[in-house]
Amino acid sequence: MENARRVISVIVLNEASVLSRIVGLFSGRGYNIESLTVAPIPDSKYSRITIVTAGSLRVIEQITKQLHKLIPVLKVYEHADLVEKEMAMVKIPMNESLGDIEALAHAYNGRIVNVGSDTLIAMVADEPSRVGHFLEAIKRFHPKEIVRSGSVALER
Amino acid sequence: MQISGAQMVIEALIAEEVEVVFGYPGGAIMNVYDEIYKQRSFQHILTRHEQAAVHAAEGYAKATGKVGVAMITSGPGFTNGVTGLADAYMDSIPLVVISGQVPMSLIGTDAFQEIDAVGISRPCTKHNYLVTDAADLPRVLKEAFYIARTGRPGPVHVDIPKDVTAQIATFDYSKEVELETYKPTTKGNARQIKKAIEAIAAAKRPLLYLGGGIVSSGAADLVREFSKMTQIPAVETFMARGTLRFDDPLLISMLGMHGFDDRVTGKLSEFAKNAQIIHVDIDPASVSKLVHAHYPIVGDVKNVLEQMMPLAKEQIDPVRYAPWLNTIANFNKLHPLSYTEEGDRLKPQWVIERIGQLLGDKANISTDVGQHQMWTAQFYPFSRPRQWVSSGGLGTMGFGFPAALGVKRADPERVSINITGDGSILMNIQELMTAVEYKLPVINVILNNNFLGMVRQWQTLFYDKRHSQTDLSIQPDFVKVAEAFGGVGYRVTTKEEFDAALKDAVEKNVVTIIDVVVNRFENVLPMVPAGGSLFNMMLEYKEK
Repeated sequence: MENARRVISVIVLNEASVLSRIVGLFSGRGYNIESLTVAPIPDSKYSRITIVTAGSLRVIEQITKQLHKLIPVLKVYEHADLVEKEMAMVKIPMNESLGDIEALAHAYNGRIVNVGSDTLIAMVADEPSRVGHFLEAIKRFHPKEIVRSGSVALER
Repeated sequence: MQISGAQMVIEALIAEEVEVVFGYPGGAIMNVYDEIYKQRSFQHILTRHEQAAVHAAEGYAKATGKVGVAMITSGPGFTNGVTGLADAYMDSIPLVVISGQVPMSLIGTDAFQEIDAVGISRPCTKHNYLVTDAADLPRVLKEAFYIARTGRPGPVHVDIPKDVTAQIATFDYSKEVELETYKPTTKGNARQIKKAIEAIAAAKRPLLYLGGGIVSSGAADLVREFSKMTQIPAVETFMARGTLRFDDPLLISMLGMHGFDDRVTGKLSEFAKNAQIIHVDIDPASVSKLVHAHYPIVGDVKNVLEQMMPLAKEQIDPVRYAPWLNTIANFNKLHPLSYTEEGDRLKPQWVIERIGQLLGDKANISTDVGQHQMWTAQFYPFSRPRQWVSSGGLGTMGFGFPAALGVKRADPERVSINITGDGSILMNIQELMTAVEYKLPVINVILNNNFLGMVRQWQTLFYDKRHSQTDLSIQPDFVKVAEAFGGVGYRVTTKEEFDAALKDAVEKNVVTIIDVVVNRFENVLPMVPAGGSLFNMMLEYKEK
């Protein structure tokens, strides 16, 4: 079976070492993590962890079952129909064309967010594949540093 | 009630009706040991190694079905206990293991006897806690016992820094546990159960495949009732020995070990490929993990069987399976489990059968790991669940003797026998001292072939007889070893000597070692080479 890309959301109790339980489960059982995003859910004692992974249907089923077995895990969603976003920030030397950079970022749901004396920072927030396209396209402006977040996702 | 963290540990153990704690003191756990000194509610058994403390708690838990408790100190005390945690995790044994930790202010400073204990125990426990405030202790300990014994049972580790055991806080031990994120399923899905019974009723060659969950959920009586009523034949896994009586005509034999793991299934694509599989398991992650289940049923097997019983009574016609039972009877005639007597040396299988003939139901049987373990699983006439205590998943050499001590403490009326090998026994032989001190007269039967026999067997079959590092010709005098600790030893080379030694050992009220000289090159059969399919099973092998 082919290794499909999957997005899994895990709702966990906000407590010490809960993240290492999740990450340890992946490494211990030989599952792969492509990206990981964690933040507390406002006004609750839970956090939401969004994990992008890859595996056969059988492996994904095992991952969700094993995650569910962890005591501080409340819910595990394996998303099928979802809205998924990532963000990226790019630091670019000031000698490039601001207008072109602004236009490119704009096409990917972003803009220039900071302008310093030597560098500027542009950010985008879009679907993961489109963020990938943006990072391809921005290469012509000789980026000095790139940072890319993990995914966040919600079921439609 | 305002008391110290250490007193809370004692109060919690009393509230959980703990009658025995196996442990070993040390710097970081001293506050708790001081409170153990002052109390009279439970016994503390001082093993001579932390690993043995955890194995003894496992043996106690296996024999009683209760949560076993072990207590150890930080650093090396804890790391010595990890093998026990891992063993209990693999075999789903309910334990609470309490360890001391360096004071909070020293955590992370590489202090004396400091190790990240919860970091180490995380992948080999059902759950673990580092308690950072004494006010959390009552809740944590309550949860630890609850998590250990419910759902799929397992070990829970509680790590307590030394200053937390000294801290004073309010002790309020609630009766109920409320865990929003942990609610194990116990009843089976009614629709799935209905479909499963229909599938059995329509089947021509059904087979009950009985696993260790039956023992831990206390469902053996129901299984006996179910198999008798439906006349469906059964195989037991290694972990389920004793579910059906050894002389039950419906019991075919043992099938490998441990659920659907690699040692049962062999090559997965060839395993029962024409069968429809109904898999009942309390752990959803175990269903269809390796072998696809056509009728997955998540729930406690005892509840599921209770739900199945009335439907089975209505729908399943026991007469339907008569031809199938005949076929199986023929298999058993063609390939009976057997061994041949030859030469002067005792056969290890004979020794096990003989213990069974002489003691049968009167003995609880523990083992170490290796050939003796497989022969015991094959040849001992088990007649009840919890009679059989062995390390199935992790395969821990050195498990048997301390486990047998825990069994003896749990069930003092019966004889507690540890069937072991000349390799395994040396891995926790110091427990002779514990056995003597606490008057736990375990009988250790060493099937002595001067080899690490199981590895030697594989070297013989698959490594062209290159017996690398498995020859144990150099050995201690086990009789003298037993005597040095205050026990009794016997060296046995004939059947008559064995009978006499066993009879004497049963009557002695002190720990014993019966060192039985057995045939050096005996092999465990049948066997399936690693990765092979069950059709390639090796039924016989003649040493050339």
